[in-house]
Amino acid sequence: MHRVLLTAPDDIDGWRASARQLATQGVDPADIVWQVGDAPDDLFGNIDLEQAATPAAFSVPRAFLDLAESAILHRDPQRFALLYALLVQLRARPGLMQDRADPLLRRVAALAKAVRRDIHKMRAFVRFREMKADGASRFVAWFEPDHHIVRANAGFFVRRFASMHWSILTPEISIHWDSQTLSEGPGAQRSDAPDGDPVEALWQGYYAAIFNPARLKTGAMLSEMPKKYWRNLPEAVLIPDLIAGAQAREAVMIARRPTLPKTQDDSAT
Amino acid sequence: MAQLTTRQKLEILADAAKYDASCASSGTTKRDSRGGKGIGSTEGMGICHAYAPDGRCISLLKILLTNSCIFDCHYCINRRSSDVRRARFTAREVVDLTLNFYRRNYIEGLFLSSGIIRSSDYTMEQMVEVARSLRQDHHFRGYIHLKTIPDADPALLHQAGLHADRLSINVELPTESGLKRLAPEKDGGRIEGAMRHLRSEIEDGQDARRKYKSAPRFAPAGQSTQMIIGADAADDRAIIARASSLYDRHRLRRVYYSAFSPIPSPSAVLPLRRPPLMREHRLYQSDWMIRFYGYDAGEIAAATDAATGCLPLDIDPKLAWALNHRATFPVDVNRAPREALLRVPGLGVRAVDRILLSRRHRRLRLDDVARLTTSIRKLRPFLIAADWRPLALADCADLRARLAPPAQQLDLFT
Ligand code: SF4
Repeated sequence: MHRVLLTAPDDIDGWRASARQLATQGVDPADIVWQVGDAPDDLFGNIDLEQAATPAAFSVPRAFLDLAESAILHRDPQRFALLYALLVQLRARPGLMQDRADPLLRRVAALAKAVRRDIHKMRAFVRFREMKADGASRFVAWFEPDHHIVRANAGFFVRRFASMHWSILTPEISIHWDSQTLSEGPGAQRSDAPDGDPVEALWQGYYAAIFNPARLKTGAMLSEMPKKYWRNLPEAVLIPDLIAGAQAREAVMIARRPTLPKTQDDSAT
Repeated sequence: MAQLTTRQKLEILADAAKYDASCASSGTTKRDSRGGKGIGSTEGMGICHAYAPDGRCISLLKILLTNSCIFDCHYCINRRSSDVRRARFTAREVVDLTLNFYRRNYIEGLFLSSGIIRSSDYTMEQMVEVARSLRQDHHFRGYIHLKTIPDADPALLHQAGLHADRLSINVELPTESGLKRLAPEKDGGRIEGAMRHLRSEIEDGQDARRKYKSAPRFAPAGQSTQMIIGADAADDRAIIARASSLYDRHRLRRVYYSAFSPIPSPSAVLPLRRPPLMREHRLYQSDWMIRFYGYDAGEIAAATDAATGCLPLDIDPKLAWALNHRATFPVDVNRAPREALLRVPGLGVRAVDRILLSRRHRRLRLDDVARLTTSIRKLRPFLIAADWRPLALADCADLRARLAPPAQQLDLFT
């Protein structure tokens, strides 16, 4: 039995180095326990990897690395083991990455897909609130991701908000940018973030006004903006009232129509 | 009248902009704000930062500079004779609002259009000033879409293109007669002339960039347009033909459709009912078929109903085409070329690409196909797999009934 200790839940480098070594030694996926952090010794005891002087180089397709980079951020504790099992199979079947009907590949691809969606939703739904201190501004957001994506996603916010000072606080980790350097801190709580921002009233006004009550389609909204995100979106408090008012408002508009006779042309539609 | 607050103006000017369907912020150049004093980035796909209860993506701050207008287009809430409350933003106010929203990660950028005040040139100047200030005074690297006014001076359109990612000019109605009747002050010839002009500016810009890396970019996300559906008598066949000729002649990135929506204080020459939202949806599906599935406009026309000239509402146009061309099916999922697989109702581009890759490694069975797609039920009649061969389609008289969704889900409002 081998035990691999990874430094963090998103420790892709650690996983890669260990996986490469284990795979070159032909270690069976069933004989590995993957662990994050310095968890206490368990029933398997501490069996270190044999240190191969130079781990034999073997190459894997780019598609596998892309998939692994995403899938490893999933909160599923099985992710390291699944990826290793896929790696072992891939060495036996080099074309495996193209066989989208393969059950193991499909399972790992589903993990990666969930992670990519989470990354995308974080880019969409982080809402900064401005904090002013000594004439300087810092923009602070509280966000609750589903997976271990925060570190991997930091680059996006750096590229976009490069000249701002900002922090994104999450339960597991916090990241801070001071217009020069990115730093990390421990997880935080919602109450560590500011509880409002005057611009939010404008944003809410915009959100309500841009909504067309004549075309209510709540299903489409919910599939892209599920309720679990609502509590951190300032505009979401308006949704129930907007929906409730929508049908009534359309009825009023139709009732206000002038009552001239229809022309031939009009009735054709 | 009391002075309007920023919030009141925003509500009026966003309300007036919501009938414009476009909110795309994709497909421009990749850029970010690292190492500079600016703000913003664009990285290929635009992001939807929120969804309204109408299901639409909110990606841009979509507003009018003013909803006052000297024109009187009947379908438009801003027309001169409408009794809607009027408001006007200064260029500075729009700039501040855009930056304030952007910094809080509410939006990808700005989509600015305007009613026409004083003159086309004056209005266009104000809009260009917003874009200029964002880019030059604030080094804004986010997305900017300007709706341009066809009659404005070409020099102003040129300025607009230097600052904006995308420009659009709305053709408004699918037919010339519809435009004459419902937008009497607009001129179809001038609208198309302006689109032609933009196309050549965009292409000149691309040529120049090929030769000199430092040449300025001109509207890198191209131009688009919008047509209102259901306000005049044009049928889907006419609409699709018009869209396809616009794509061909002006190299548009997108033609947007906007189902005519009941507006407050409507004009008496408008139809009494709005078209089913499903009609707009079917037109978008046909647009996808042309852009990504290899159909041409003539083939889509063959999927319309002979009597009404419209696409069926109860089934999608790809299925409608297939039912009208039953001899083309079933196709063999293990052997058929990409083009043939793309025509199978229910198979999307991604699923087809996965099938093509996977079948190099195994003979696909129905189960395998099910894993690569979302719904096998709809596909089965059209596919041959290693362990599956359907009845000849010609023998299934009730196929349409079996594949169509229950009717009451179509449109809750008509
Ligand atoms: S010119 Fe534009 S804003 Fe003015 S009435 Fe016509 S469509 Fe509306």
